Amino acid sequence: MPGKLKVKIVAGRHLPVMDRASDLTDAFVEVKFGNTTFKTDVYLKSLNPQWNSEWFKFEVDDEDLQDEPLQITVLDHDTYSANDAIGKVYIDIDPLLYSEAATVISGWFPIYDTIHGIRGEINVVVKVDLFNDLNRFRQSSCGVKFFCTTSIPKCYRAVIIHGFVEELVVNEDPEYQWIDRIRTPRASNEARQRLISLMSGELQRKIGLKVLEMRGNAVVGYLQCFDLEGESGLVVRAIGTACTLDKLSSPAAFLPACNSPSKDMKESPLVHPPSHGCRSTHNSPIHTATGSRLTQNFSVSVPTLIYTGMGSGSAGKEGGPFKALLRQQTQSALEQREFPFFTLTAFPPGFLVHVGGVVSARSVKLLDRIHNPAFVGIMGNTRSYKLLDWNSFNSDEPETRDAWWAEIRQEIKSHAKALGCHAVVGYSESTSICEEVCILSASGTAAVLNPRFLQDGTVEGCLEQRLEENLPPGCGFCHIPYDELNMPFPAHLTYCYNCRKQKVPDVLFTTVDLPSDATVIGKGCLIQARLCRLKKKAQAEANATAISNLLPFMEYEVHTQLMNKLKLKGMNALFGLRIQITVGENMLMGLASATGVYLAALPTPGGIQIAGKTPNDGSYEQHISHMQKKINDTIAKNKELYEIIPPEISEEIIGSPIPEPRQRSRLLRSQSESSDEVTELDLSHGKKDAFVLEIDDTDAMEDVHSLLTDVPPPSGFYSCNTEIMPGINNWTSEIQMFTSVRVIRLSSLNLTNQALNKNFNDLCENLLKSLYFKLRSMIPCCLCHVNFTVSLPEDELIQVTVTAVAITFDKNQALQTTKTLVEKSLQRASTDNEELLQFPLELCSDSLPSHPFPPAKEHLESASSNSGIPAAQRDRCSSWIELIKLKAQTIRRGSIKTTVTVEKASPMGEGNFRNRSAPPCASATVGVVKMTPLSFIPGAKITKYLGIINMFFIRETTSLREEGGVSGFLHAFIAEVFAMVRAHVAALGGNAVVSYIMKQCVFMENPNKNQAQCLINVSGDAVVFVRESDLEVVSTQQPTANLQPSCTEGEVTT
Amino acid sequence: MTSELDIFVGNTTLIDEDVYRLWLDGYSVSDAVALRVRSGILEQTGATAAVLQSDTMDHYRTFHMLERLLHAPPKLLHQLIFQIPPSRQALLIERYYDFDEAFVREVLGKKLSKGTKKDLDDISTKTGITLKSCRRQFDNFKRVFKVVEEMRGSLVDNIQQHFLLSDRLARDYAAIVFFANNRFETGKKKLQYLSFGDFAFCAELMIQNWTLGAVGEAPTDPDSQMDDMDMDLDKEFLQDLKELKVLVADKDLLDLHKSLVCTALRGKLGVFSEMEANFKNLSRGLVNVAAKLTHNKDVRDLFVDLVEKFVEPCRSDHWPLNDVRLFLNQYSASVHSLDGFRHQALWDRYMGTLRGCLLRLYHD
Repeated sequence: MPGKLKVKIVAGRHLPVMDRASDLTDAFVEVKFGNTTFKTDVYLKSLNPQWNSEWFKFEVDDEDLQDEPLQITVLDHDTYSANDAIGKVYIDIDPLLYSEAATVISGWFPIYDTIHGIRGEINVVVKVDLFNDLNRFRQSSCGVKFFCTTSIPKCYRAVIIHGFVEELVVNEDPEYQWIDRIRTPRASNEARQRLISLMSGELQRKIGLKVLEMRGNAVVGYLQCFDLEGESGLVVRAIGTACTLDKLSSPAAFLPACNSPSKDMKESPLVHPPSHGCRSTHNSPIHTATGSRLTQNFSVSVPTLIYTGMGSGSAGKEGGPFKALLRQQTQSALEQREFPFFTLTAFPPGFLVHVGGVVSARSVKLLDRIHNPAFVGIMGNTRSYKLLDWNSFNSDEPETRDAWWAEIRQEIKSHAKALGCHAVVGYSESTSICEEVCILSASGTAAVLNPRFLQDGTVEGCLEQRLEENLPPGCGFCHIPYDELNMPFPAHLTYCYNCRKQKVPDVLFTTVDLPSDATVIGKGCLIQARLCRLKKKAQAEANATAISNLLPFMEYEVHTQLMNKLKLKGMNALFGLRIQITVGENMLMGLASATGVYLAALPTPGGIQIAGKTPNDGSYEQHISHMQKKINDTIAKNKELYEIIPPEISEEIIGSPIPEPRQRSRLLRSQSESSDEVTELDLSHGKKDAFVLEIDDTDAMEDVHSLLTDVPPPSGFYSCNTEIMPGINNWTSEIQMFTSVRVIRLSSLNLTNQALNKNFNDLCENLLKSLYFKLRSMIPCCLCHVNFTVSLPEDELIQVTVTAVAITFDKNQALQTTKTLVEKSLQRASTDNEELLQFPLELCSDSLPSHPFPPAKEHLESASSNSGIPAAQRDRCSSWIELIKLKAQTIRRGSIKTTVTVEKASPMGEGNFRNRSAPPCASATVGVVKMTPLSFIPGAKITKYLGIINMFFIRETTSLREEGGVSGFLHAFIAEVFAMVRAHVAALGGNAVVSYIMKQCVFMENPNKNQAQCLINVSGDAVVFVRESDLEVVSTQQPTANLQPSCTEGEVTT
Repeated sequence: MTSELDIFVGNTTLIDEDVYRLWLDGYSVSDAVALRVRSGILEQTGATAAVLQSDTMDHYRTFHMLERLLHAPPKLLHQLIFQIPPSRQALLIERYYDFDEAFVREVLGKKLSKGTKKDLDDISTKTGITLKSCRRQFDNFKRVFKVVEEMRGSLVDNIQQHFLLSDRLARDYAAIVFFANNRFETGKKKLQYLSFGDFAFCAELMIQNWTLGAVGEAPTDPDSQMDDMDMDLDKEFLQDLKELKVLVADKDLLDLHKSLVCTALRGKLGVFSEMEANFKNLSRGLVNVAAKLTHNKDVRDLFVDLVEKFVEPCRSDHWPLNDVRLFLNQYSASVHSLDGFRHQALWDRYMGTLRGCLLRLYHD
């Protein structure tokens, strides 16, 4: 009997009128936990009942405490007929189960009904008395803390980072049970909500057990997802990183994340090694999965691209022995683990040593109907699971969801190995389901880690110290981790622009956040690649095969687009890369988002060159050169916009006012002579000195056009999909989190890939434009953590959901810091001649005609796809890629714009901060709860984590028109979801949700029947924060003062 | 490619004041978009018409959802669905309950019933205010009326408490409710020159002095049967006003009154002779108005009578406002010197208010 749950129902307010005759309601409440139910008295004829009930006490196992939600149902008493339900509240009591979190849940909760939405509020108090359980074989894992935040939570210190934990549970979806035909939609929805709540509780408990086994005490970067597989069931799966965390005793020592990076950056731009980007080869290595699976259970594994980054292999002379030692240790630490994966995206300083690049794996599976009779037997019971044989018929060995994921993880692991890395960071998993086809995806960043966080810190001592001496600050993470002579894929290496000692790739892609100590020049920006591919409607295996055939092409094109856009921005690294492939009935969509930055350690990106196919046609030539000019202009403009002024490069330019490519490469050579390794460098340069886009058909034309259609955000706006925006560090406290959803209907007839691409592109661009317009009053501001999700709910529908947070910043300060940065860089560049500043604009176009293309080589099948691919690269292409028309792409350095523009256009704030005279109703009674997808709150300090918020809601309507159509329906629903999240946080005593994420927003409509349904799953960490300004006051005056100024009613009484 | 669904939901509800204005003014989404385009916002922000359309739709949807709460402003404060900073909440409420001068002049003093609601079409055509906006304003009047109708205590306080309006707006609503309750005629052609402000000023004076609540201010019997304290005129007082008739019925008293006024004002008035000539007419007019107030019909015509019997005669003789003031002051004060007149207090209660009203009503 390890726990006693106590619940008190205090009052209700704003209840709906349930009795038309009296315009009043006779309400009472049922409180249910597990199989025990209590009832309050009926409070007659009131819309604001005061029950003031006794304490209802439930004596339960802690296992149940973890699994079960507390269910509170508000009903209207009816003497003659059945009582009508008004609505329900589900309360997850998990936060009460660990000592440091909340101690009481108390506050007003919206009463929610799946058909009517929120109908009034109820005031509830919940407490738990836990008894210590000494049973070693216990099934519960109370006490393990969960965090959605993908970095070490602010008021904790990581003692050990243990590693990957995963679990999944399976059940039948109540909506697809036979009983659903005879029950009401409300009953069905509630069954689903309850089941999912139960399953997530159980999943969390099981993960907790695994953490305890690993001797950890917390899960960081906890990500839980639902797969609605329709008839084949419901899967709830979760991944996370097990850690041992220590609470920091003096929180004052911890500066909020938003402030610290700037200082570090200014003083020692090269200090810490973060993860880094990847390499831009299209022809990156493709690991084709073996065919055996293919033939068997209709599961198709898809060849995977590795977007690599490179690091300094064992080549580095000085670092050599140490690195070897380091590697050994890390390896041994990691090899004990089945999967050396980490869901974290930001790390303690020194954790990340090198970054290899992005690794990803996808696999197409067929979901099977449930044929196994054994399954049906267990079904009534909500605790039945993955031991079920999902895929039994046709395969001798039962394959389960677990096995599917294990397979993919194995693949990821081997990709990472191929990159010379033994760990994967920024790891995530996702699925896309359409009918019976399911694409499983996993991706992460291959990396070499510092072992001191992975083991009980005996070894750290001297090793760590010397390591840090040896690692060049701020650029270490960029150095390639693999052997230069034995590269897993063709890459183009140079010496690091920072330390000049180790090799770096020319481009780096990663899935993690920009390390706080990375040296970045200028600001970053959101870069997206968008792609659609039509596919024939097909059934079962044929469908799966068609999809898996398309996937590599999509990956390839997404990658190309990303590269092109990155170059167009004049940047050389991508952070937070997230590629989402969505499957629909008749199409596949790919959407990749990342934040582009210019890393000082990597070489300056070359420009983009356009090559025409038919050189004799005069007007065509003209057109081409026109396009070229446009591209060059865009690059120049972008550099100005993002304040990219790479200092080193200016030296080079000064030497050569004539931008002739050959000369330039020589120049480069002479410059790099300082580092004694001339020849190697030069080899890679001579021929690959330009990034060439060949326009050989309309498709290519489209691509180039689409490059240019991306409009930069209006002045005063920045956007990124990472936690913080590189180059901006003086956030002010105003934040606005939002969710925006758009659905478009494609005109169904004769859809082509191009039309589809254009539609999709327009959809995303327009959405962004709308956001900029809506948030214009916040200028200057930055959209952070911009998270796009695409789904294809029906044949001709595309749905895009965006969640992000807009944060204002102080423009003046921002300018100052960039200025100092710029000044610094200018000093470094010994001389700077203003006359020279403009010329690089012409550089690209000038070099166009004279650029020497290597002759096409024999292997290439289509003549049109040739040009400029060195044999080495080509040989690397696996078979599928030969089918793709390769666009020639080589790397050239050049086209640098050095104009120093610190000035920004003034923002067009329309009615910015209009201060209104004090209102008559100034005394607000509802406390403000902030929500943000970030792990921090600008200008504030998180003092306490209260527990994880993980909520699942279904909303359905049969009067869609009356509720304002689909937009009205979904608008209201999302607003209600926000309200319920805020209410739960407030009841826990918190005043903010950090790391908030809307993991699922499944919307279905049937306008003919006037119906619609939507499922939303959100999660985040409930926290208490204190404004920094308040903190100072409090600490200097009375330390006992209330530390939660904006926290209201549901205040914790500890 | 058509947009099926397009929404934006912020954790803090975004309120665009300009769009709110357009919504309150009853413009359709497309009209609102057109008006916003004309305001030059596209050039300012570099947005496209499609963006503007989507933004406007979003705001309209939000306002539509908020409207239910705005009907009972305290609900807006306590609700959990929309997180809105208090200053914004106040703005939403204040603007929602704000009304157009042109509109209020049309319905002021009319019964807030279905019948009047049917006339909104005509009012809309006449004033150029959209029908939607007319409906909102009318419904606001009616809603406030219904809520405070049965309440005791200060009218302004009640309105402020239940609708969270600013002081100014609460006073205006008090006037509107007061006029609607007493059905004062304000629509006659003669009264067209008067603004809502003029009437509201008079209403406030009357509420302060002529209603039950005005008497009840004496804390002696706060629990007595004084429902609708501020809404209804003090019936007893109106009955008593008949007693004033003696001032004009008794010829001696009238002459004495006149001579007192004339003596005091001689040389001080530019229009002395006109005043002297008209004194009896004016006095008769003012006193008769008082005496007639026992009949509901005559109460309704109060303003018509005042204008006919006093404002117009003076105006036709081109009395300057200052002369009117001097005259009215003297006219009221002199009564205290009339030994045969016993209803001094009554006279002061009547004339004090009336004097204020007349001065406000006396303009072109």
